Amino acid sequence: MTKYLFYPGCSMQRSARPYLDSLQTISPDIDATFEDVQDWNCCGATEYAAVHRVPSHALIARNLALAAQQMNGTRTLTAGCSACYLNLAKTENYLRQNDDLNSVVNEALAAGNLHYEPGTLQVRHLLDVLVNDIGLEAIRAQVKRPLTNLRIAPYYGCMVVRPDPDNRFRSEEYPMSMDRLLKVLGAEVIDFPLKTHCCGGHMTQISTPVAFEMIRRLIYGASQYQADIMVTLCPMCQLNLDAYQGEVNQHFKTSYHMPVLYFTQLMGLAFGHEPEELGIGKEFVSAREALAKIGVEVAEETAVKRPSHRAKDDPSLPMPQMPEEVNR
Amino acid sequence: MLTNSPPVDSTRPLDFLETVKQATPGDSRLTMCIQCGTCGGSCPSGQDMDHTPRQLFAMIRADMREEVLRSNTPWYCVSCYFCMVRCPQEVHITDIMYTLKSMAIAADLYETNSAADLSQSFVGYVENYGRSFEFGLATRQYLRHQPLSLMRRASMGLGMLSKGRIELTPNRIEGIGQLQAILARAKELEVPT
Repeated sequence: MTKYLFYPGCSMQRSARPYLDSLQTISPDIDATFEDVQDWNCCGATEYAAVHRVPSHALIARNLALAAQQMNGTRTLTAGCSACYLNLAKTENYLRQNDDLNSVVNEALAAGNLHYEPGTLQVRHLLDVLVNDIGLEAIRAQVKRPLTNLRIAPYYGCMVVRPDPDNRFRSEEYPMSMDRLLKVLGAEVIDFPLKTHCCGGHMTQISTPVAFEMIRRLIYGASQYQADIMVTLCPMCQLNLDAYQGEVNQHFKTSYHMPVLYFTQLMGLAFGHEPEELGIGKEFVSAREALAKIGVEVAEETAVKRPSHRAKDDPSLPMPQMPEEVNR
Repeated sequence: MLTNSPPVDSTRPLDFLETVKQATPGDSRLTMCIQCGTCGGSCPSGQDMDHTPRQLFAMIRADMREEVLRSNTPWYCVSCYFCMVRCPQEVHITDIMYTLKSMAIAADLYETNSAADLSQSFVGYVENYGRSFEFGLATRQYLRHQPLSLMRRASMGLGMLSKGRIELTPNRIEGIGQLQAILARAKELEVPT
């Protein structure tokens, strides 16, 4: 049993819950446990540093200090969210490289009776841990339902592979770890040229047209390659590509239907788990049709969407409908 | 002896270049920029920026403080780090953009800008709860800056709700007092701009 310290982050608690659920479902298969950092706080995403510079590192360092107190046979702190991972890894790296910053940040931590000694923890992304620690052979051994014929566009986004402060992925623009992982699961993996292009991050909240164009390019790219689904390792990427896909279609008068799942969900399917155990069905763009290709049935009620218009001959008064009513 | 920096005159206020450099945690390498333009060419939102990063860095050197802090460029930076990993001089461009955003907020110099509001609301939730709060953040942002899109977004919000992907109330960490003490001390230790 391999133990890791785990920083879930705010997104995985809610908007990216399927990422966390699927990780928990597959953990026993790969003989790993992920122990939450107790009372962790938000990493600050890309927002906190835009307001306060030194405090943004102190915010992250509290998590490092708490995680270090929980080290019990492991010094690896892992995160699934790209922004959380990068923030933790970057601060750890900066504190190690820069004595001045380290003393200032530790002086701030002292106000909360905490201390962090740089170099104590090793911060690694979940994908790195699964591919390089657990290993592809151990993963291959668990495959009970190969993802044969499922065409996947592997999408890494930005922050896991860039700037890669500790050089773990060794390729800032053309990483291969997730490609190799998905191949081991039996999938047909597309050599996706946009694999590390940006989804726009928080741009949807700042300038809608700029954000929509960034999302469109990626979905267009994946459909040009006739991908059945895109697979990601980041809650922000998943949210942008999935939840905004309908609005992007409206904006550009397109009709893309590109489901976006997490790599842990695909691992779970290949390991023979049911879609419900993996949070499949909670995506906006249904993966039902795509997953039928590998013989996976996603329950109807989770896949049906609300109709956008009432029937023309509907005599009743227009009433708001809850999603569960639509399926009756 | 050859040296990169001019003799320090302690009576003179810092020029803008030096201020930005000092306010950026770690070694930003800002003074190493050779104006090659690789950054702007690599930027996914570069076409919508008032100035490319290269132009902005030239303006910083030219001491054009107000123009720099009014530029939308830092706010349109999506933190994708393409520029930074491609920069032949290894300038920490993304970090410098964070510094410029924080300076623009401190100096109240940014143009009407929903991005600055987003960052400040986010900071508010983190400082009061210790966690981010997506529902509060999104509704607040749409009400203030895109009220007309609220209807469309409301249906997405309902979708998030029915799929169990959003929470209507924020969660507070147990050690919020400890976190607040740490952040308060860190703010006192921040380099003034």
